[in-house]
Amino acid sequence: MAHLLCLDTSTAQVGVAVVSEAGILGEVRLARGRLHAEQLAPAVSYLLGELELSPSGLAAIAVGNGPGLFTGLRVGVTTAKVMAQALRIPVIPVSSLDLLAHPLRHTRRLIVAAIDARRGEIFHASYRRVPGGIQRLGPYQVGRPSALAAELQAGAQEVLLVGDGALRYADEFSGSGLIDAASSVHAHPSPGALAELALARYQREEFSQPWAIEILYLRKADAEANWEVGR
Amino acid sequence: MVISRSLRILGIETSCDETAAAVVEGGSMICSSVVASQAERHARFGGVVPEIASRLHVDVITDVIARALVEAGLDFPELDAVAATHGPGLAGALLVGVSAAKAIALAHGIPYIGVNHLEAHLYAAFLEEPDLVLPMVVLLASGGHTMIVHMIDHGRYTVLGRTVDDAAGECFDKIARFAGLGYPGGPAIDRLAIDGDPDAIRFPRPMLDEGYDFSFSGLKTAVINHVRSHPDDDLPDLCASVQEAIVDTLVIKLMRAAREVDARAVVIGGGVAANTALRTRVLDEAARAGIRAFVPGRSLCTDNAAMIASVAWWRLHSDGPTSLASGAYPNLRLPVVE
Ligand SMILES: [Zn+2]
Repeated sequence: MAHLLCLDTSTAQVGVAVVSEAGILGEVRLARGRLHAEQLAPAVSYLLGELELSPSGLAAIAVGNGPGLFTGLRVGVTTAKVMAQALRIPVIPVSSLDLLAHPLRHTRRLIVAAIDARRGEIFHASYRRVPGGIQRLGPYQVGRPSALAAELQAGAQEVLLVGDGALRYADEFSGSGLIDAASSVHAHPSPGALAELALARYQREEFSQPWAIEILYLRKADAEANWEVGR
Repeated sequence: MVISRSLRILGIETSCDETAAAVVEGGSMICSSVVASQAERHARFGGVVPEIASRLHVDVITDVIARALVEAGLDFPELDAVAATHGPGLAGALLVGVSAAKAIALAHGIPYIGVNHLEAHLYAAFLEEPDLVLPMVVLLASGGHTMIVHMIDHGRYTVLGRTVDDAAGECFDKIARFAGLGYPGGPAIDRLAIDGDPDAIRFPRPMLDEGYDFSFSGLKTAVINHVRSHPDDDLPDLCASVQEAIVDTLVIKLMRAAREVDARAVVIGGGVAANTALRTRVLDEAARAGIRAFVPGRSLCTDNAAMIASVAWWRLHSDGPTSLASGAYPNLRLPVVE
């Protein structure tokens, strides 16, 4: 049986899950904030230990590769890449916004996933239900919540907003009656959603070599430099 | 746990703008050492941009680790422990090395050792000279640090002096940037100074008679004022004179400290220790004072991972492994004895 280790650290949460063909065997979710580097390795160690799995028995490692908190993503993606390299197994990257939308796939409303991007912005993407899952409409984006709110209100369709970006800027999106926010249960990308999506991709042999995995930043590093200078 | 002397440790270094990995056996035998420098990518900003550094570390970390293992002729299961710099340094950059090292520790159930980068520079000398005698006095000078450390014994240090403002390497960089020599400034000034007269311009040597602390911001201002009032001065002369003022200050204090604590050897480390004039002066002055001097090869002075793997061997023996629940410590200081 193939066991996959699944990691997501794209928000304030450290999420870890282990999945096999038998289903999701366990999940750890900790949302204390900026403790990704401190909590990820112990969480993996705990989960594998409780499941009595040896790392050498893993078939692949899945990772949420953004967009999201840069420092969190660097911890998660580096851990996934190097652990996979050390075990000679492939990596399955999945966008963290896709992970937010996936658990809501049974709604007929437009799903908009939004992750807090700091500096008054959110990372976001829209999805709609299709047979067998959801489909993303358009690219992953970064922008002001007010701009997204205006766009959604002009769209005149019912929207289900999900993610810590939706919760943080709830006021911006309220008022029209068209936009509903999903519960805080869905505030952070679900390691279980990653497990489901990754297992399906693993079975279709859709995976990458560790060195090929990249983080979806959606902001240029040069812009960071200029932002630092201009601050 | 029983720790064998021939323990093979993979060291990882990502505290600034070098992504490095190395395998060292028994604390001093270098099996491989790979350094991927990002300097080119930061050059147009005139200094290291933390966000760019962090991203590049993530991009190249697997490749650098793979090359270190291939060079050593080893595979992951043959490693006995894995170490990474966990401070001081750039927060986002440190996290990459720490996460990579912990990932290998998790994958193969081997100990993880979080290493103090400053302490690693002190140990770089042992990689070429395992029988170096203690106590010794070490001048550690780089773009981020300038200090004189009394290494009483393994793991036992006191800081005799440190810079009160700019680091020596920072002073080189700022002057080079002002003179239009690009980044990094140290190597550029070193090259040009070869053809210059070090006595052409007499720059100040601040705090020369006061203890072991350094101040370089006054020198930087003096150089800038001089260039503004003498725009046609010969560039090699300027470089040689600036370098002379910095080297003079560093070496005079280093030798004074060595005599005062009765050190058996003086050692230099850090990026500035790759400077030709500094290396020559330290050897000359130590010979004159009858103190043993050790000047490690340039590649061991600048940031590298062999020194990380080396100090990890010593720390594993004295303190055991570091918890996987530890983090990165951007402001970590050298652990000193009172
Ligand atoms: Zn250094």
